[in-house]
Order: sequence, then C-alpha cells, then structure tokens
Amino acid sequence: MHVEQISIFIENKFGRLAEVTRILGDAGVNIRTLSLADTSDFGILRLIVNDTEKARTVLKERGFTVSKTEVVAVEIPDRPGGLADILQVLDADGINVEYMYAFVERCGENAVMIFRFDETQKAIATLTGKSFNVLPGERLYSM
Amino acid sequence: MFFNEEFETLPREAIQALQLKRLKAMVARVEKSVPFYKEALAKAGVTSDSIKSLADLQRLPFTYKQDMRDSYPYNLFAVPMEDIVRIHASSGTTGKPTVVGYTRKDIETWSELMARSFVAAGVHKGDIIHNSYGYGLFTGGLGAHYGAERLGASVIPMSGGNTKKQIMIMQDFGSTVLTCTPSYSLYMAEAAKEEGIDFRDLKLRVGIFGAEPWSEEMRLDIEGKLNLSAVDIYGLSEIMGPGVAIECCEAKKGLHVWEDHFIPEIINPETCEVLPEGQMGELVITTITKEGIPLIRYRTRDITSITYEPCICGRTHARIARMSGRSDDMLIIRGVNVFPSQIEAILMGVEGVEPHYVLIVERKDNLDTLEVQVEVGENMFSDEIKHLQALSAKIEKQIKEMLGVTCRVRLVEPKSITRSEGKAKRVIDNRNKA
Repeated sequence: MHVEQISIFIENKFGRLAEVTRILGDAGVNIRTLSLADTSDFGILRLIVNDTEKARTVLKERGFTVSKTEVVAVEIPDRPGGLADILQVLDADGINVEYMYAFVERCGENAVMIFRFDETQKAIATLTGKSFNVLPGERLYSM
Repeated sequence: MFFNEEFETLPREAIQALQLKRLKAMVARVEKSVPFYKEALAKAGVTSDSIKSLADLQRLPFTYKQDMRDSYPYNLFAVPMEDIVRIHASSGTTGKPTVVGYTRKDIETWSELMARSFVAAGVHKGDIIHNSYGYGLFTGGLGAHYGAERLGASVIPMSGGNTKKQIMIMQDFGSTVLTCTPSYSLYMAEAAKEEGIDFRDLKLRVGIFGAEPWSEEMRLDIEGKLNLSAVDIYGLSEIMGPGVAIECCEAKKGLHVWEDHFIPEIINPETCEVLPEGQMGELVITTITKEGIPLIRYRTRDITSITYEPCICGRTHARIARMSGRSDDMLIIRGVNVFPSQIEAILMGVEGVEPHYVLIVERKDNLDTLEVQVEVGENMFSDEIKHLQALSAKIEKQIKEMLGVTCRVRLVEPKSITRSEGKAKRVIDNRNKA
C-alpha cells in the first residue's frame, strides 16, 4: 500500500533545482507532487513522479545522489480537525512522523497527505484499522 | 622474493660499513667538483678525510630546496655536462623548477632500485605493468618504466590522462600491475564503474601508488574498489625519483629505504637535532652513490619516522613510516598543526564516506576557519535531513577530538570536487590571497 518517493541531494547552488526538473522534463517524467527540505548548505528534494525508476535512472546518469523511500498517502477529510484525527491515532500507537507534506491534487472531496513514518508497515496497519483511506501508489502516479 | 638478494639482505654492520665508505667517497667528490659544497663544507669545518664514522654525518651541512633553486639549472651538478645523459625537473609550482641530472650509472642505479621496488611489491618478470605515472620532466613515468624493463616485465607507457582509454587498455592488454597516484587510481575506479566495468574482471593484481601522501584507510578502499594489493612507494626527484623507498608486500608496514644508496635521518625540523628511532620528524636523505647531482643531508620536508627492526620479508634495510604529509602541506589552523592525511584518515573511518574531499582554509576576522567538503555518495545519503546533519556533526566532532581543531563539514554533490589525473589537490588555502 506504500507509495514510492525519490529523494535527491541538492547543494544550495544557483540553478540546481531548475536542472533537476529540466532533466526530468526532458525524460518525459511528470512530477505528481514534491517537497523540499533545506538547510543552509543543502536540500533534499522529495518527489513523487509518474515513473519512479526512470526518474531515478536519468538523475543518477547525470551524477545526482538519489535514493528511493517508502512513504504513505492518506486521504484526509477536508474539515477542521481532519489532520488532527489521523495524527492522534498514530500517536496512540507510538508511530513517529519523520516528515509530511500535502499532495497537490484532491481525491474527490478529500485532501491527500504524504507521510514518512519511522515504521511504514505498522502505520499502514494502524490507519487502515481505523478506516482511514490509504491510497496505493498506482493511484497517485496517475492522478 | 628479491631482485638483488645479496644487497637487499646485507647484515646491518655491512650496510653501515658500505655507507661509511660511500659517504666518504661522495664527500670527496663534491668537495672537489661542486663549488656550493666546497664552500658549505669548509664553513662546517668538515673534509672527507675527517669523516671517521657514520656519526660524523651529523657534522655535515644540510641542503635545502632553495639551494637547488639558487643553483638553477646546473650549478649543483658534480660532473661535466658531457657525462649527463638525462635531465629531469620538479613541477616547480612556485618559481623555478629544481633540476636534476643523471649520468649513465645513475640511470642504471635508479633502474635497479626501481626493479628491486617492483619485486618487493610482489611484481615479477612476466607481469604487464600499466604505468600511468606522467612521462616527461616528472620522474614518475620514466623512473617506473626503466625499472620495469630492468626487471624484465612488460611495460605499457600510458602516462596520465585519457582515463577511458586507460581502462580500455587495462582490459584489452591484460595489465596485471598498475602504477599511478593513489587518487588517480580511485578516479579510474569511478570512471570504470560509470562504463559498467568491474575491476574484478580485470587481471590487475598489484598497485604501486605514490607521489602523494595517502592513508591506511585509503589503502583498504583502493584494494576493495580495484581488487588488487596496494603498496606505497616513495621517492622525490631531488634524490632520484620513485624507488627511494618501497613497502614490501609481505608486511606492508613501512617503506624500506635502499640504504646501500641513501642514508636516511629523521630530524626535528625546528631544532635540526637528529631524532631517535621511532620518533616523528622530517626525513633527511644523503645520496651516497649518485654521480650527477649528489646531495648531502637533503631536507625532504616529508614527515615520517624510521625503524631498524627486522622485517618479516627478510630485507635488512630500514623502514620509514607512511608519510604523514610534507612539512609544507602541513596546515597551521589557529596554531594547531594539521596534515590533510589526518583528516582523510578520519573521513575514511566514517561509514559510507567516499574518499573525495577538499579542505578549504580561510581567514575571517583574523580567525582561521577550516571547511571540510565531503561528497555525498549513495552510501551515506539519507532522505532525512537529521541523519545528514548528524553525520556532519559526527565528522566535526571526531576532527575536533582527534586533531584539536574546529571545522565545519559541508556536504556537497557527487563529482563536485575536482578529480585529478595526477597529484590530488586536497587543500585550498585562501588565507594569503586577501
């Protein structure tokens, strides 16, 4: 049920982000959503794309350090307290959120959040057990 | 295995007797034929006849690199130019290069010592030596070349550069021995990987690496990546070129100095006193058989220690420790002495760190700052900022604890640090540029 995300190490240098996105664009890879975590020296660009393997290959060919990570996409009711409900359930089971960001597209009436957990499988079990809708990767890649 | 068993295993007393005889003869030659030494020896109050034991060596004057520059190009030569058959020169990054001349006999000696070095490293007749040291004024290429031919091995005179072709030739020609700088060997490994070539499929068995200081950790890395046995070789053009000292493949613990041709001493570079066995200091070498340009107590500026303990390989010649660096590579950061090789050893000890790094020293508000740039390869990359920051902090902490210097680690993208096909540039010191 997890979603594949690729992470790229990027130095804080002029034009690096443009270069990464250009390489992906030229290879016909479509970015579904992204998030950028940064420090003063470097950043980590996290991407969910329509073709993870291809994105990884073309970036590696161009000398970037790339890794693949498992994340979880969860549908969240678009109402006050929607996100808090989910976090509370996870908290109760002792699952840590390493980071999270929003997916750009909505899924029907609901928003979609991307989570990176310390224990991916356990988190998926907890969420589905509480009837939260965990979206499979295939849904997201083609959304 | 020895190339010249008799001389390589001479008992210590016999080495010393030979050294004394050759030292006296050399001093007798230069006091007659080299005005610089005639004057320096007179000033020190020493004549060849007054040298009665090896302890008298300490009465002789030092020779500095600057003396060679001042004698540019031929004023230190001890024979007429018609007896010189080869001229080499150092790279001379600052000012004029230092020039050395070889007589036919010097070339023969060098070839023999290089052949001895090959055998000590585990090379034999029948090996195919892929020589990637630069050919030209630099002594590396031709030095190794003549030694290989003297040994009777097949030598491929590659010289440096054109890495793709180097790899193709290694593959197609079945090279069994590689000679180059340690940093270039890693560059080759990286380039081969990009071409989809696995070093395990090559026939390389032995790598002889030198011309720059490298660490024990880097040896393990090279041995793993190139699938060969890596040994350290030492030399400098002023003394001869490569083959002044070599690690034996049996022990890989210190480099044997060919003492029937060179007398090594370790001194305190500041006080100039000779240090006892085992203590770190500057290596000083006296050439006792050279004809073209004999040197008395040449200050190499290389930092090492010496041991006369017997070696398991059977060679009786003293061993110097792996070079810690040159006294001129030594960085003084806020009063702390730091050698790039020490930082390298720390980096290579951290899981996943690649041997590509550069040290940047700057002066900000009258304070020295040290930045260590480390490439983030796949093995150390994490998708989480906190892991990468913890890794930087760990390196910073270890450098602080082990070397006593505060630094800042900056993680950079792969291949962003310039690769070298010759000697690696590990330090960028911007302090004197402002």
